[in-house]
Amino acid sequence: MTTEHAQHAELTPSEYIAHHLSFNAQGVNGNATSEGFWVLHYDTLLTSVVLGLLVMGLIWWVARGATAGVPTKRQAFVELLFGFVDDQVKNIFHGNRHSFIAPAALTVFVWVLVMNAMDFLPVDHVANVASAIGGEHTKWRIVPTSDINTTFALALAVWFLMIFFSIKAKGLGGWIHELFCAPFGSNPLVWPANFLFNLIEYVSKSLSHSLRLFGNMYAGEIIFLLLGMWAATGLTGTVAGAVLGAGWSIFHILIVALQAFIFMMLTVVYLAMAHESH
Amino acid sequence: MNINFTLIAQAIAFAVLIWFTVKFVWPPLLKAIETRQKEIADGLAAAQEGKSALEVAAKKSETTLNEAKQKASEIIGQAEKRAAQIIDEAKANAKAEGDRIIAGAKAEIDQEVNRAKEGLRAQVSTLAVAGAEKILRKEIDAKAHSEMLAKLAAEL
Repeated sequence: MTTEHAQHAELTPSEYIAHHLSFNAQGVNGNATSEGFWVLHYDTLLTSVVLGLLVMGLIWWVARGATAGVPTKRQAFVELLFGFVDDQVKNIFHGNRHSFIAPAALTVFVWVLVMNAMDFLPVDHVANVASAIGGEHTKWRIVPTSDINTTFALALAVWFLMIFFSIKAKGLGGWIHELFCAPFGSNPLVWPANFLFNLIEYVSKSLSHSLRLFGNMYAGEIIFLLLGMWAATGLTGTVAGAVLGAGWSIFHILIVALQAFIFMMLTVVYLAMAHESH
Repeated sequence: MNINFTLIAQAIAFAVLIWFTVKFVWPPLLKAIETRQKEIADGLAAAQEGKSALEVAAKKSETTLNEAKQKASEIIGQAEKRAAQIIDEAKANAKAEGDRIIAGAKAEIDQEVNRAKEGLRAQVSTLAVAGAEKILRKEIDAKAHSEMLAKLAAEL
């Protein structure tokens, strides 16, 4: 969106993008390296946790004072959200949704929505705030869902829940039986094919779940960065960048909400499918 | 775009958030909404009940009103009948009384006539005597002829 090109005037375009696309990464056990597995993206982690606590805390605060009588506007808004999620879950999952799946869906939807919504913050202003707090050239990627670690963590958690509910619903034997005997039948000759199919299905579920969200948010961020770069090329670029940036932001509202919704729906669908036996 | 420990940390954060929602956020909202739904359903049922009760009451009041009307017209009919009867009775009484009064009057008139006749009878003899006295003057003695005069008066 609007760009502080004065600060980045000395940067080349690729440096500018690289700066905005690198994480605030630090090694876990004291080493300063940002390579390897034992590294934490502090920006991703801190932003997502703060956002999660903030938004779920807000809903919790309203829920705590929820009255069965005439609701306040605040409560009505939260109930709208509740009803929206509950309706979606009700249409997909026919067990006792209130014990886990519906609240989990609410968490996923709300959390992913606010994390996605961080994309609306102008990247350069975020960078300015980060430099002001953490010193020159502090990196801070504000959109946690454009970090593959976040989307993969969520998808992986759902994946484990999927297996957990599968075993819970059908028993360990039933689950293993299904791994080998669906979808082609229980003939020992097709066991390998069945197992391969199920393996691919399990892997692809998780991958498509996480990569869809990641890809959308990452692409959105890149477009903002390109527009921001254009805005640094002079008056024409500033005007065009601002106008297109505003346009992209408005279109991005749809993507932010839609991706959060899709992520929630897939979560619910996967968890509901885990309860069904083939 | 490298997978690292952030993945684990995020998964833990996600798990905690879900646990928090399952434990603290969802139940009070669910309770509030379900309680309200129940209250609304109860209210609607009560309204329906009230409506049907009203209908019953309206029907009952209509029946009562009709009964009352019928009774009232019955009473009025009876009263009219009674009034006619009373009038007839009064007429009959009046007629009887009139007849009685007329009969009394007639009897009295007869009595008066008789008394007048008696008076006249008494006076006729006197007048006859007076007349005869005037005619005969001294020739006729009232005391000597009184027997004959009494016979004459009785014949009258």
